[in-house]
Amino acid sequence: MDAIILQILNGLDKGSAYALIALGLTLIFGTLGVVNFAHGALFMIGAFCAVTLQRILTLSYQVVDETKTDFLGNPLKVDVPYVHAWFGEATGAAIIDWAVPLAILFAIPIMIAFGFIMERGLIKHFYKRPHADQILVTFGLAIVLQEIIKAFYGANPIPTPAPDAFAGSFDFGALLGFAENTIIYPYWRLVYFVFALVIIAAVFAFLQFTTFGMVVRAGMADRETVGLLGINIDRRFTIMFGIAAAVAGLAGVMYTPINSPNYHMGMDFLVLSFVVVVVGGMGSLPGAVLAGFLLGVLESFASMKEVIDLIPGINQIVIYLVAIIILLTRPRGLMGRKGVMEE
Amino acid sequence: MPKTTLTRRGVLKTGTVAGGALAMPTIFTGASWAGSHTGFTNAPGDSEVVLGFNVPQSGPYADEGADELRAYELAVEHLNGGGDGGMIPTFSSKTLDGTGILGREVKYVTGDTQTKSDAARASARSMIEKDGAIMITGGSSSGVAVAVQALCQEAGVIFMAGLTHSNDTTGKDKKANGFRHFFNSYMSGAALAPILANNYGTDRKAYHLTADYNWGYTTEEAVKTSTEAMGWETVAAVKTPLTQTDFSSYIAPVLQSGADVLVLNHYGGNMVNSLTNAVQFGLREKEVNGKNFEIIVPLYSRLMARGAGENVKGIFGSTNWHWSLQDEGSKAFVKSFGTKYGFPPSQAAHTTYCQTLLYADAVNRAGSFNPCAVVEALEGFEFDGLGNGPTLYRAEDHQCFKDVLVVKGKENPTSEFDLLEIVEITPVAQVTYDASIFGGELGACNPGA
Repeated sequence: MDAIILQILNGLDKGSAYALIALGLTLIFGTLGVVNFAHGALFMIGAFCAVTLQRILTLSYQVVDETKTDFLGNPLKVDVPYVHAWFGEATGAAIIDWAVPLAILFAIPIMIAFGFIMERGLIKHFYKRPHADQILVTFGLAIVLQEIIKAFYGANPIPTPAPDAFAGSFDFGALLGFAENTIIYPYWRLVYFVFALVIIAAVFAFLQFTTFGMVVRAGMADRETVGLLGINIDRRFTIMFGIAAAVAGLAGVMYTPINSPNYHMGMDFLVLSFVVVVVGGMGSLPGAVLAGFLLGVLESFASMKEVIDLIPGINQIVIYLVAIIILLTRPRGLMGRKGVMEE
Repeated sequence: MPKTTLTRRGVLKTGTVAGGALAMPTIFTGASWAGSHTGFTNAPGDSEVVLGFNVPQSGPYADEGADELRAYELAVEHLNGGGDGGMIPTFSSKTLDGTGILGREVKYVTGDTQTKSDAARASARSMIEKDGAIMITGGSSSGVAVAVQALCQEAGVIFMAGLTHSNDTTGKDKKANGFRHFFNSYMSGAALAPILANNYGTDRKAYHLTADYNWGYTTEEAVKTSTEAMGWETVAAVKTPLTQTDFSSYIAPVLQSGADVLVLNHYGGNMVNSLTNAVQFGLREKEVNGKNFEIIVPLYSRLMARGAGENVKGIFGSTNWHWSLQDEGSKAFVKSFGTKYGFPPSQAAHTTYCQTLLYADAVNRAGSFNPCAVVEALEGFEFDGLGNGPTLYRAEDHQCFKDVLVVKGKENPTSEFDLLEIVEITPVAQVTYDASIFGGELGACNPGA
């Protein structure tokens, strides 16, 4: 029982990342009809917003410590961050420590602007082109973006730790009456899960309870009719592209303490997120979220030693296996609209 | 139809000549290669010789490849008489005099392996066939090294392996034209085990997470064998996909297994992520079976350790070389590399620099670029002054035998390069093994054309 709870918990944080990326993907597909293979790159750009802010906050000047030597035997030059000099050592250290949460504020305008430029500058020229063209151009863009990031930040992962307050893990099992150390869960993963729920709720609330959201939903259902009513639906869809980019970016920002970001992290999530969208139902927002968490949990269970011993290699194929079964038995996905992907 | 005539006299004559050739001591054949500059692949002209540096310039190990390339360029500069000479003055063999190799200026071409076997073979082939490279060297992966080594064997050029740690490279997949200076999984296990016993005791339960490819398997096997020999029990060994980024679902069950040690047979990005995840789960703060929970990383790389940040503190592992070594060779190399590039070299840079010098020296000693002459010159070659103490290039498997470093993540680093501290220099005798235990056959050297 404890092993099952443990894997459900693990699946939830993994599922959070899938759900956030898939939510943006399906939002773009539902509004603009574009299959955006650069969405994983947006997740990666978001993560590198956190890295960039961390680097800005740790910009330093050098002081020479005569008591120590560097690797060449010269007096050691010690980096002192400017924030230490400006705000005092304790406050400066606290600011640097909280770089990842602060990066949320840093990333939102950057990601919205990035999404806006991407849609206006490139994607809009492909609205009327076949999906294959859209996939090719967005996939190409994703590769260009990751190579740019690699050129600036290198190929190695860059450590971007969570604030000290969220370091370590808590004994979830003890809360439920299990033996000590049977179900442990890192604090930051819990933060990530809660953060994902808040973002998902905010996106749904925005679409459900605002006039802007109502128009967007109407446009998703019948773009032509909304246009005939004199509403500039394209402009709203462009804004939605920016919001989808911001959601992916924020998912990336908050993911950095879980795994040190590298230039390739977007690609690692992209394919899985597409499977999530297909399983959830193309264009279905609740479907994307449900499938994200469902597949996250399934993947977690498939990684258990007992399961791998029983079916070797299942950990590597489980998501695709589920996708095949869903596509065979219910081509429109778990919550897809009737007719979509069924023709 | 051609007619073949076999006579008793003819068979005897041929047999005598062939037998005599095989029985001739190699000391005579070494001299006989001198002046023989034809009859092999890519025989160089009188003025220059081309070496092929095949490293990952893109992909996940691009930073490691970049450091290897820096070391190669430094080695070429030193071979051609530039710079401060690096380790040439400290090298025990004195054939390198700054006039290139056998009086020819050293030129080089580079290829991008992308850490993919097919891409690495394609770039190596291109350097051999189009650029006329007489020797191929490089790599940051055992899969790539094994693939390129096989290609060089077929093509008739020498392969001087870069960073490759699997037992297979000089074990079951060894080739006569291939040589490895870097240490291997077996040596890591043999060097680590006594240190682990001293620090963590002999009554431990280990849980292995292992990258699902040949390096992972040989490392798991080596660490399991050595730790079990000193009394540890292996509770479980789980293979993890090479493409895995989040290891939480593999790490979460570790505590439930009753294990009190986690061995991460991972390298590169896998190591960074699995170690970060393990620390996030608070494993190192736990007490299991009345003992502190411990994590071990059998193969450390400083470049990769940087990605794991503070998570490496206090964690044991092994490494081929470290810039903080205080022997004359290491100091000379660190000074030379550090002055040119502004930071200390990695172990990948060190091994590739050494391989270039060792190849050049072998050609000079043989008096020929003929691969078979170079093979003879390197087999059984004993040297010193290249940063690892007295070293032997063993003839039976073309593996270097030298001291191995056991290191630990430093608690109070003074800089971003100062991440590891040397805990012990394990003497070569402790990590030496019988050449036959991993199987494989060297076969005959292939001079090519």
